[in-house]
Amino acid sequence: MNAPLKDRQAALQGMGESRLRKEDARFIQGKGNYVDDIKMPGMLFMDIVRAPVAHARIKKINKEAALAIPGVHAVLTADDLKPLKLHWMPTLAGDVQAVLADEKVHFQMQEVAIVIADDRYIAADAVEAVVVEYDELPAVIDPFKALEQDAPILREDLAGKTEGAHGKRYHHNHIFTWDSGDKEKADAAFSAAQVTVEQKMFYQRVHPCPLETCGCVASFDPIRGELTTYITSQAPHVVRTVVSMLSGIPESKVRIISPDIGGGFGNKVGIYPGYVCAIVASIVLGRPVKWIEDRIENLSSTAFARDYHMTGELAATNEGKITGLRVNVIADHGAFDSCADPTKFPAGMFHIVSGSYDIPAAYCRVDGVYTNKAPGGVAYRCSFRVTEAVYLIERMVDVLAQKLNIDKAEIRRKNFIRKEQFPYTSAFGFEYDSGDYHTALDKVLNAVDYKGLRKEQAATRANPNSPTLMGIGLVSFTEVVGAGPSKICDILGVGMFDSCEIRVHPTGSAIARMGTITQGQGHQTTYAQIIATELGLPSEVIQVEEGDTSTAPYGLGTYGSRSTPVAGAAIALASRKIHAKAKKIAAHLLEVSENDLEWEIDRFKLKGDDSKFKTMKDIAWAAYHQPPAGMEPGLEAVHYYDPPNFTYPFGIYLCVVDIDKATGETKVRRFYALDDCGTRINPMIIDGQIHGGLTEGYAVAMGQQLTFDAQGNIQGNTLMDYFLPTAVETPKWETDFTVTPSPHHPLGAKGVAESPHVGSIPTFTSAVVDAFAHLGVTHMNMPHNAYRVWQQLQASGVTS
Amino acid sequence: MSKQIVTMTINGKKVEKAVEPRTLLIHFLREEMVLTGAHIGCETSHCGACTVDVDGKSIKSCTHLAVQCDGSEVLTVEGLADKGVLHAVQEAFYQEHGLQCGFCTPGMLVRAYRFLQDTPDPTEEQIRMGMAGNLCRCTGYQNIVKAVQSAAKKLKAQTKESVAA
Repeated sequence: MNAPLKDRQAALQGMGESRLRKEDARFIQGKGNYVDDIKMPGMLFMDIVRAPVAHARIKKINKEAALAIPGVHAVLTADDLKPLKLHWMPTLAGDVQAVLADEKVHFQMQEVAIVIADDRYIAADAVEAVVVEYDELPAVIDPFKALEQDAPILREDLAGKTEGAHGKRYHHNHIFTWDSGDKEKADAAFSAAQVTVEQKMFYQRVHPCPLETCGCVASFDPIRGELTTYITSQAPHVVRTVVSMLSGIPESKVRIISPDIGGGFGNKVGIYPGYVCAIVASIVLGRPVKWIEDRIENLSSTAFARDYHMTGELAATNEGKITGLRVNVIADHGAFDSCADPTKFPAGMFHIVSGSYDIPAAYCRVDGVYTNKAPGGVAYRCSFRVTEAVYLIERMVDVLAQKLNIDKAEIRRKNFIRKEQFPYTSAFGFEYDSGDYHTALDKVLNAVDYKGLRKEQAATRANPNSPTLMGIGLVSFTEVVGAGPSKICDILGVGMFDSCEIRVHPTGSAIARMGTITQGQGHQTTYAQIIATELGLPSEVIQVEEGDTSTAPYGLGTYGSRSTPVAGAAIALASRKIHAKAKKIAAHLLEVSENDLEWEIDRFKLKGDDSKFKTMKDIAWAAYHQPPAGMEPGLEAVHYYDPPNFTYPFGIYLCVVDIDKATGETKVRRFYALDDCGTRINPMIIDGQIHGGLTEGYAVAMGQQLTFDAQGNIQGNTLMDYFLPTAVETPKWETDFTVTPSPHHPLGAKGVAESPHVGSIPTFTSAVVDAFAHLGVTHMNMPHNAYRVWQQLQASGVTS
Repeated sequence: MSKQIVTMTINGKKVEKAVEPRTLLIHFLREEMVLTGAHIGCETSHCGACTVDVDGKSIKSCTHLAVQCDGSEVLTVEGLADKGVLHAVQEAFYQEHGLQCGFCTPGMLVRAYRFLQDTPDPTEEQIRMGMAGNLCRCTGYQNIVKAVQSAAKKLKAQTKESVAA
C-alpha cells in the first residue's frame, strides 16, 4: 500500500518545514552540557591576575603570598612560559600577542599571571594575593593620536619592523594599510561629478557579549601524551591545528571538543591567552584545569568588534545616480592585531562597501592602528567587517538623498543593481550571485504604506505641539557571506572549505558529522532536514554531531554565516554521493537499469509504475546485506565543499521611530524586516534568527559602547553598564521574505542569521537621523541613547 | 575556612550539606548538588541565567549565599517536569521556539513558572515586564513572550480541569 505523496513528504520533515528543534529537549530540562558543566576527576581551577592599568612596565611580580595559600598549586607568569616559548602566541591576523604580559602591559585587564588552585574560590583569593609592581607609561587611546609622530611606541617588540603581515608599516603604531578598488578611476569620477557628499562617522567599539562567557577545561594525559580540551569555540578544528603547532603535540593526539555553546556571535572564534594558559597549566601539573571567564573579563579582554573611524564620499549626478564612492577608515585594533579574518583580508570583506548599488568607480582604504585597548576586531554577528561596510554605504546613500532632496526609497531604486545584471561584478571585484532588490523594496513599501507614513511625518513636523519627532529609516543591504572559496580565503593557510560525513545505518537511520558547530542556530535540526529531503529518510532518525575534532571531519567552523552556504552545501553533496550509490543498489534489487528508475520523495521507483519501488530504508538494508556484485558494502559518504563563490543574501528593512522631544527617548513604533536568504530550510528557525539578530542590532544602535577614559580605563564592563536589552525595551519585529536562490549553491541557500544584525543597525540610525532631517542633520553617531539624542534635540533647537 | 551545615529541600528532596559560608547558592547547586541547569552569566544579578525559585520567589542565585537558604524550599529547572511529563512552560518554550543556544533557558523557565503562578492571566506588557530580569541574547524575546502566553493558556485550562474533577 502506498501512502499518499503528501503524507510521505510530511513524514520526512525535510527542507521547508518549520520542524521543531531537536536540541530543545536537553536545554528545557537543564541537561545542556556547557563547558562550565564539565567536571573531571582531579580538576583544578585557573584564574587570571590582570593589569589594573593600560600601559606600564612590569617591575616585579611577587607570588609568595599567593603560593602560601593552602590549595594553591601554582602561579605562573610570562617568565615561566618563556622556556616553553609560549609567552607569546601568533594571532589569526599575522601578528603576535602576549599570552601573559611580557615585561610590559599593553591594555587594562591584560593577562599578567595565572593561578591554579583546588577550587574557584581559592583561585580568586590567590589572584588577590599576587602583588605586581608597575611603572606606568602614558596610554594612547585615540588611534589618530597613536599615529602622531611623537606618539609613544606601544609595541616595543615590533620596534624597527617596517614590514608587517600585510605590507609596509609607515609608523611605529601602524599595523597595515589595505585598499581595494581603482583609486584613479574613483578620483576621476569625483572630479567629473555634478554633486559630491562627504560624511565622517564613528562606528563605536562594541562587544558580542554572548550570555555564556569564554572558557575551557584542558586535560593533558602525561602517560598517553594526549591533550583533550573542552572549549567554547566556534572553530574547534582550527583550535586543534593551532594548539598542535604551538605545543608540538601531534594533531592526532590533540582532541578539541566544543560542547554546547551559550551563544558566540563572533566572541568565540579567536584563541585567547586563557586557553593557552589552561593548556600549559594542565601539561605542567598533569591534571585537568578549568578556566571560566567572568563577565568583566569577557567584556574587557576577549574580542571586541568594530571601532572603525570612517569617512565616506559619494559622487553623483544631479538626478541622484551615484557615479563614484571613496571610503577611508582608521581601524583601531587595540594592543595586538588579533582580528579574526581570512588571512589575506586584514579588513575582512569591508570592500562589500558598494552595497546593493551599481557604482561604476569605487575605492576604499583601511589603516589598522595599535592603541592601549583590548585586542580584537572580530565579526560580531556578521561576516568580517560587513556590518561596518553596510553601515557606511547605507548612511552615505541617505546623506546623498538628503543633499539632493530625493526620497530615500527613490534614490535606492535609482541606484540598485537590476535583476538582469546578476551575476554582477562590483567595482571591488565581488561577483554578486543573485538578487532582486526592486521587488523586495516594493513589497516592503507597500506593506507599511510608506506614502502614508511620509504624510504622517509631514503632519507631525508641521505641528509645533507634537510631543514627538517622527523618523523613518530605510535600508537596502547586501551581505557577502559563506567564506569562502579557498583560492582567496584561508585561516593560517587552511582553506575555508567545510565538510560533512554521512553514514546511513543498516536499518535506515543515519548519523551526520560536520566541521561546523552550532551555538544556537539549530544545526541538529536543520542539517537533518537537508539530509531528509536529499535521501528520503525521516529527519527524526538522523543524528547530527559536531564539535568533537576526533570524530568530525575537518571544517573551519561556524561564523560569518558560513554554516548553510558552505557546510549546508557539503551536506547536500555528501547526500548526493549516497543517493547515487543507492540508485545502483535499487536498480540491482529491482533488476532493472538505473535509467529506468526515478526518485520520488523517499524511494526509487520504476518510471510510471508505482508498484515497483525500493525505499531508501530498503536500500540501506541491502547495502549491508546484499550489495550488487563488485560493489563495496555500506552506505556512507564524505564531502569537503570548497565554495566557488560567496553568497549574497540581501534585505530591505524599514523602521519608524518616535522621539520624545523633551527626553530624547526613542521609541521604535514599527520595524519591518524583509530578508532574502535564497532557499529557506526551516522558516521557524529563520524567523527566530532574524528576531535575535534584529535585537542585537537594536542593542548596538541604541546603547552598546565600550568606552575608555584618557588613561585607558575601560568604563562600563559589567552588565550594569553594557547595554543588553530586556524584553521591555526590545521592539516587536515584523518579518517578511522573498526567495532568490543562489545559482551556485547546491540548495540555492545563502545564509541568514547575520543579515538582521548587519541590516538593522543602519536602519535605526537612518530612522533617528530622519527625525532630524528637516533640521539639516545628516548623521548622528551611535549609540542613539536618550542622552545623546537629547543632546541633538538641544543642538537642533528642538528643546531648550 | 570552617563549614556550616545547611538543610534545604531541593526539587522536593531534603538535603543536608556542610558548606563554606561564602559559597554562593549557584555554586552550591551546580557543584555540590550537580544541578547544572542554572548558569552563571554575569555575577551581578543582571542576566538571570542563574534564576531559581526559593520559597516561592524568583532568586538570582549568583548573588545569594547557600547559607541564606537554610531551611528553604528550592526549585530548579531540573524540578519542573513531573514524573517525566514536561511542565507547561517547558512544553511551550519548545513549541514556540522560545530558545536558541539554551543558556538562558533554565533561568527563563523557572522565572516563567513563578511569574505565571503570580500572574495567571498576563497581558503581553506584563509578561515583558515580568520577564525583564532575564536576558536572552538569541531570541529577541518575541517567541519567549509567545511561549509564556501559550503556557498561561495551558495552565489555566489545567486549573479548570482539576477544579472540574
